[in-house]
Amino acid sequence: MSKIITSKWSRRDILKAGAASGIVAGMPMFYMKNAFAANYLNDPGSAAAVTFGFNVPQTGAYADEGADELRAYKLAVKHLNGEGDGGMIHTLKPMSLKGNGVLGKKVKYVTGDTQTKSDAARASAKRMIEKDGVTMVTGGSSSGVAIATQSLCQEAGVIFMAGLTHSNDTTGKDKRRNGFRHFFNAYMSAAALAPVLKKNYGTDRKAYHLTADYTWGWTQEASMVAFTEAIGWKTVATVKTPVGAGDFSQFITPILNSGADTLILNHYGKDMINSLTQAVQFGLRDKQVNGKDFVIIVPLYSRLMAQGAGDNIKGIFGSTNWHWSLPDAGTKAFVKSFGAEYGLPPSQAAQTCYVQTLLYADASERAGTFMPSEVIKQLEGFKFDGAGNGPTEYRAADHQCFKDVLVVKGKEKPSSQFDLLEIVEVTPRAKVEYKPDNKFFAGGKLGPANNGV
Amino acid sequence: MAAFQGRSCECTYSLIHYSPGLDVDAIFLQIINGLDKGAAYALIALGLTLVFGTLGVVNFAHGALFMLGAFTTVSTQALLTMSMKIRDTSITFFEAYKEVPYLQVWWGDTGKAIIDYAVPISLLLVIPVMLLIGLLMERGLIRHFYKRIPADQILMTFGLAIVLQEIIKANFGANPIPVPAPEIVAGSAQIGSWLGMSDAIVYPWWRLIYFLFSLLVIGAVFAFLQLTTFGMVVRAGMHNREMVGLLGINIERKFTIVFGLGAVVAGLAGAMYTPILPPDYNMGMNFLVLSFVVVVVGGMGSLGGAVIAGFLLGILQSFASMNQVNSIIPGIDQIIIYLVAILIILVRPRGLMGREGVMED
Repeated sequence: MSKIITSKWSRRDILKAGAASGIVAGMPMFYMKNAFAANYLNDPGSAAAVTFGFNVPQTGAYADEGADELRAYKLAVKHLNGEGDGGMIHTLKPMSLKGNGVLGKKVKYVTGDTQTKSDAARASAKRMIEKDGVTMVTGGSSSGVAIATQSLCQEAGVIFMAGLTHSNDTTGKDKRRNGFRHFFNAYMSAAALAPVLKKNYGTDRKAYHLTADYTWGWTQEASMVAFTEAIGWKTVATVKTPVGAGDFSQFITPILNSGADTLILNHYGKDMINSLTQAVQFGLRDKQVNGKDFVIIVPLYSRLMAQGAGDNIKGIFGSTNWHWSLPDAGTKAFVKSFGAEYGLPPSQAAQTCYVQTLLYADASERAGTFMPSEVIKQLEGFKFDGAGNGPTEYRAADHQCFKDVLVVKGKEKPSSQFDLLEIVEVTPRAKVEYKPDNKFFAGGKLGPANNGV
Repeated sequence: MAAFQGRSCECTYSLIHYSPGLDVDAIFLQIINGLDKGAAYALIALGLTLVFGTLGVVNFAHGALFMLGAFTTVSTQALLTMSMKIRDTSITFFEAYKEVPYLQVWWGDTGKAIIDYAVPISLLLVIPVMLLIGLLMERGLIRHFYKRIPADQILMTFGLAIVLQEIIKANFGANPIPVPAPEIVAGSAQIGSWLGMSDAIVYPWWRLIYFLFSLLVIGAVFAFLQLTTFGMVVRAGMHNREMVGLLGINIERKFTIVFGLGAVVAGLAGAMYTPILPPDYNMGMNFLVLSFVVVVVGGMGSLGGAVIAGFLLGILQSFASMNQVNSIIPGIDQIIIYLVAILIILVRPRGLMGREGVMED
């Protein structure tokens, strides 16, 4: 027998109550900061501080570069927390940060040692994410390491702001939605260098490549071959050398009677210092081949490398992401701040790491949350200026920053121990830009954002 | 720019427009390079096998001794270039200074010339410094491990190597430090012209000097062990330590001196290598593995074996790096010495000149 259930609630009452509950539940989403609480990994919630993870090589071949990156990160944290002179916070436009931390929280940091090894870098980043509760990992100095860490951050659900990584693959076939690169890449280096090489060395050259045998070297070599051949140069040979070979003499002797009149060293860091030093010792720079002076080119330069190579870099062309001698307001503010703090000018690695930290903090401030998917929305397509590279855009399609590229030359007569590179040309962004589907960057997809929950 | 939008990476790897044949010049160059490399390998491995042959200690800190020799040269260079600071007005964002060496200020061109010869001058310092380090190492640490198993010796010496590396890194940084050869030998020798061959055959003067220096040191060590009474006692001790002790000879003390000698040889090898490879704190580790391969291939504790193995592996590595060889077996240059080591140990388990009973109990 059925029983008729009666209630004092009418259908209209229930609908009203449901609508009211919905509005109350939804209110924080519109009016409160941290409204995304508990919806993403390592949400700092109501904590007074937020933690960033600085994952740099503190030991190994790039330890000096890592030390400079760490200096820059620490300076960025100071500026974010309203200490010091504020550096680029005053020059970056647009800028939401006020020098009171991020979203009212003080910025803290933890550091890790990548040892320039992918497995060590991943272990260190994992510890930062799982134990230290970082919302963002940043660092670099090797593309292999950066790609491995970027992939880990994507899987874990935090943001990765790449430091020094120059391989096309970082924002090419290995790009990830949670990863962003401010530094330029191998393709841009080649695109900027080719016209300068044509102007200085002509169109009839035979180039021999020595290339570091890993992702960065491969993409650097491929880019340089394509762009130099487009100006009429011929490629004699492309030889891969093991990373950290030390003695490159067995790779240099075959160049002597190869018919090549140009050596392109697709090496970085210690490898570049050693191979260049040894190439000079083998008299390559004094040689005449095919009726021309033999020349050496180093596509990716850094001031720290230039110091290691000594006089051997004089007159050698290369490219760089940034240089402390640039005259713009952002560079001046950063160099002044860094110089006052540490007594030396920052390297290009330091600049990119400093800028990446500020960009992440600013994006979080604008998003009103540290939730990766919201921060990503703020960074994708973000246009800014005042960071030392002129007007810059974080392209949404691949998370690569597009900006001017510097072509430099080893200075013949340095005026100080820091004044080793001379800016030959500032190549405008339009000359180094490429379409997102360019085949040098093909094969990867950003995929969806991951909030880690 | 648009021209490259559709190009693929893969196509560029195979674009080689000029491929020289395996001509006499190329072979000759690789032979010189192989001999040069071989001499360096032999010299670096010599101290290691000397210590192993006498003391029976597997010294994983040998690479660190090579590195310390190089940094004694770096220190000598730093000493000779001690500078007065002059305010650098070209830098305005902080107080920067230019450095002008005192020697240059006091003695002008003579001071400059002394600085130029920093590497040869440093050898005078390397010998006593490395001897002292060797003696301290043996008396302070190594001797406590004579009767311990090889695994303990390896752990202790490897740990010591890491400590030494970190000390150097803390004081000199991690970046390689340029140490140029004297200006007079900075260029290359025109070997091709001398021999009536192609002008393309040149070889750096300093590498030729290193080759001769290696032969000289190797010869001196052999002469010391073969032609002196001290050497005779050491050789007898290597053969039968107990018997020599029963004859009333303090063989332990002699072996301590041999350890010091091993350290000096490693230090000299490192010091002379600085113009070839700008030294950094990690350089010793890179040579450690190579030295062990040379010692194992030559035969544990055999000086002659180390020299022969050094030259053999140097020449093989040089030829394996030729483009023509690499195009047939890609990557062979990176594995050739390990491949040959495996083959030799399979055929001759004690190495080329290994003695029976060494590392076999």
